Formats: sequence, structure tokens, C-alpha cells
Amino acid sequence: MLEFTAPLFLSLQKATGLNFSPFFDEYDFGRLMTGLQTSLLLIVCVLVLSLVVGLLGAAAQRSRSRLLRFLVAAYIAVFRNTPPVVQLLFFYFGLGAFTPQIDMGGWYEPMISAFGWAVIALGIFGGSYNVEIFRAGIEAVPKTTSEATEALGFTPLQTFIHVTLPLALRFSLPSLASNLISLAKTTSIAYVIAVPEMTYALSGVWNDRLNVGEMMTLLFVYYIAVVAIIGAVMGQLERRLAVPGLGK
Amino acid sequence: MKTLSMPRPNLLTPILVVTALLLVVATAGVLFFLHVAQGPADSPLNVLFRWMPFILQGFLLNILMSVIAMILATVSGVILGFMQISDATIIRQPARFVTHLFRNSPWLVILFAIMLLVPFEISLPYFGVVMIPGWVKATIGFTLPVMANIAEILRGAVASISTGQWESAESLAFSRMQTMRHVILPQCVRRMLPSWMNWFALLTLMTPIAAILGVNEALGNTQAAMESAGSSPDLLIPFYLFLMSIFFIFIYPVSVCTKRLERRFATT
Repeated sequence: MLEFTAPLFLSLQKATGLNFSPFFDEYDFGRLMTGLQTSLLLIVCVLVLSLVVGLLGAAAQRSRSRLLRFLVAAYIAVFRNTPPVVQLLFFYFGLGAFTPQIDMGGWYEPMISAFGWAVIALGIFGGSYNVEIFRAGIEAVPKTTSEATEALGFTPLQTFIHVTLPLALRFSLPSLASNLISLAKTTSIAYVIAVPEMTYALSGVWNDRLNVGEMMTLLFVYYIAVVAIIGAVMGQLERRLAVPGLGK
Repeated sequence: MKTLSMPRPNLLTPILVVTALLLVVATAGVLFFLHVAQGPADSPLNVLFRWMPFILQGFLLNILMSVIAMILATVSGVILGFMQISDATIIRQPARFVTHLFRNSPWLVILFAIMLLVPFEISLPYFGVVMIPGWVKATIGFTLPVMANIAEILRGAVASISTGQWESAESLAFSRMQTMRHVILPQCVRRMLPSWMNWFALLTLMTPIAAILGVNEALGNTQAAMESAGSSPDLLIPFYLFLMSIFFIFIYPVSVCTKRLERRFATT
């Protein structure tokens, strides 16, 4: 890939002085690729974990147990009203200091890496928003559907799994899309615990090469592309799953 | 339909208030436990007590940054929102571009861009060379994403007013400007208020990232305090918990109010 882009960007630098070093310098290209891989992997892991947490939380909110419902409400209140950066630092430094170390044959490594803590902290943070979104989706399912399933002899659990949940997921798709997008953008704060994602990788490049403007442009383009991809996937999902006669 | 109009007991608020209390109690409990376990003098609790004024002083800067950024963002966001719904393409297209750029980029990236690309001192005609402090630049960095989102909220609110309102204003011989001012906007303000408050909360919760770039706000001061207190690992949990609690105490009432307003406007 580098042999195709290098002449182009070298001549660009010669002509205009714009220094897009990751496209002609091998070392910077390596940093860019690491950043890209880490960032995409981080986004995927965080989004999946936040969806799992959101679904579990929404299920727990419907339980009979008062304590469970209270715990979910407390979880939402705490994670939505404290800064995500401090949450991340709290998880990584506060809890990370007490996780066991693994003997790697001569040196010790913490059991959960910075990447792992970033996934956990951001996943739990994003999940607190998803719980509310799924709950709203479940509440939006018309009462008549559960009456109909009751008439057909479904148990409450069967009703929930086969009727309420599939409809609720469809209702929550639009707000879910915007939350997942903002969560994907929030993964850039994994910078504070030195996870080598895109922002961190490119800040390394601009610290060495002093090409802040060019790398910043690259970052903006990258995040706009990520947002566009998530938006497109969610839009596609919404169209594919649309039930005729429900919603707009 | 009758069941809908029946007053439902409002369970959420008491639950959340109890949560707040629980968090405070939990923090106090952890601190007390550490205090008892470690003895006096340089126990984490005592260290935290000594550094508390320093951290709270930093927190004032967080509040200051978020209030200034919110004011700037509201003014510029409303202007940008109006540009987005303008009739002239030459105004509408750049406004849309700016909105999309700042809505779709992470806070941290925008902050980096402003902190690193805006010079740290400028020369003005009469004042000579003026230094721009880091926190001012950070405030501008926080303004931009909020501005873009407020512009989008305004656009959405105007679009959500039914066409009938425009038509009836037109039939009363209102100009486009008059319709906006006397018919559309008064209704928009009500609809925009909950999301506006929500963005204030989000903005305040994002201000600690300014610490990455060396602004001495609450997070930066907390880390500095832990370092001067000997950076022992025992300090980490109480200090970060304290930091989370002060943000929680400030933001929580805002989000409860937002939720209340949302519910009230949803029913009417």
C-alpha cells in the first residue's frame, strides 16, 4: 500500500508543504495501522458490551425484585452523572491496582490490560444509556399485542421473547443508533490510559513530526467515516427489520 | 384510554434521590474504612481532607468553563441553526458542513485541534501581545460540539412545528421573519429546553478532559494532589471517588430537572 501512496504524498509535500507522513514513512504508516486496528476493535468491543449491558439492565428493570430495580436505577444514575474520563481513570488506576498480576516468565503483567479496562469502563458507561433506550422501546410496544398473545395461550416469558422484545428492539433502533454513534466517538478518551487507538497513535505522529494540522484533518476524516458507517449500518438494519403497519 | 390519564405514582425521583444519598454514604464509608484501617496522620482520608480545597478550586474552573461554553454555544448554535434553515443555499450549505463536522467528531479531537492549532499568544492592535490562557482555549474547544448540536436541536424543533402554523401565519400576512419570531420560536423554546439542559450536563461531564492538555481543573488538580501526596496506590480510590461525587452532586439535579421537563412536555 505504501509504494502506491508514497510518491503521491511525497510530491504533495514538495508542492504544498503538507506533511502526511503516515502515507510515505514506514514507521508512521505502522503507527497509523496499529491505531486503526486498535480503534476499530475498541469500538466494536465497546458497542457490543454496551448492548449486552443495556439488554441485561432493561430485563432487570422489569423484574419483580425491588432491590434489583433499585440497583439498576442506581447504576444508571451514577454512570450517567459522572464524567466518563474519571470513570475510566477510576477503573484503570483505582481498580486496576488491585487486580492480580500474571507471571509472564520473568516479568509481570496485569490481568486486564489498558485496552481491557477501556472496553469495560466505556461499555458500562454506554450501557447505562442503552438500558433507558431499551426500556423506552419495551414501553412503546402496544398493550394489545400482549392481550393477543394471552388469548393465544402464550406464557408471559414466551410473550416477552417472541413478541415484546422483537418489537421493542425495532422501536429503540433510532435512538440506539445515535447513542452508539456517540459512544463510538467517546472511545477516543481511551487516550488518557494510553490505549494506542487512533487519537493516541496520531498524537504520537504529530509530536514527532510537528504536523498537527494534517494529522488533525486525518482524525476528523476518520471519525466522520466511522460515524457514517455506523449510521449506514443502523439505517440498513432499520429498513430490513421494518414491520409493515407499525411506526412511520 | 382511561388508564393513561390516571395519575401514576412517581417512583423514579425517590429512587434516584436515595441513590444519591447512597453514593455519598458509600464514599463516606470507604473513606471511614480507610481511615480506621490506616490510622491517622497520613491516612488517605486525612490526605484527601488536606487536598480537598485544592480539588474544589479546580472544580470551580470546570463550572466556569462549562457555563461560559454553554452561553457561547447557545448564541452561536442558534445563529448556526438559523443559517441551516435559511432559504439561500450559499448560507445553508456551509452551515450544514460546520454542523456535521463538529457533531461527528469526538470532544477530545476538537479539543486537541483548538489547543494545538490556536496560537497561545496573539498580538492585538492596542493591547500588544496578549497571552491566551489554556482554559480559555479549552472553553472554545468545548463550545464547538455543543454549538453544532444546539443548531441541530433548533433545526429539529422548527421542523417539528406543523405546517399548518406556517400556513395560518401566512394567511394573516406575516412575513417569514415575523412568523419565525412570533409563532414558531416561542413554541421551539419549550421543545428545546430539555435537550438544551441535557447538553449542559454532557458538557460539564466532558470538561475534565481538559486536564489532558494541562488545564488545572478538578481532574488535573486531583492528579497533582495525589502526586504530591506521594502517589501511593491507596489514594487512588478515595480521590477518584471524591471527584466523581462532586460532579454527581452538581449534575444530578440538572438531569432530574431535565427528566421532569421531558415528561411534562411529552404529555402536553
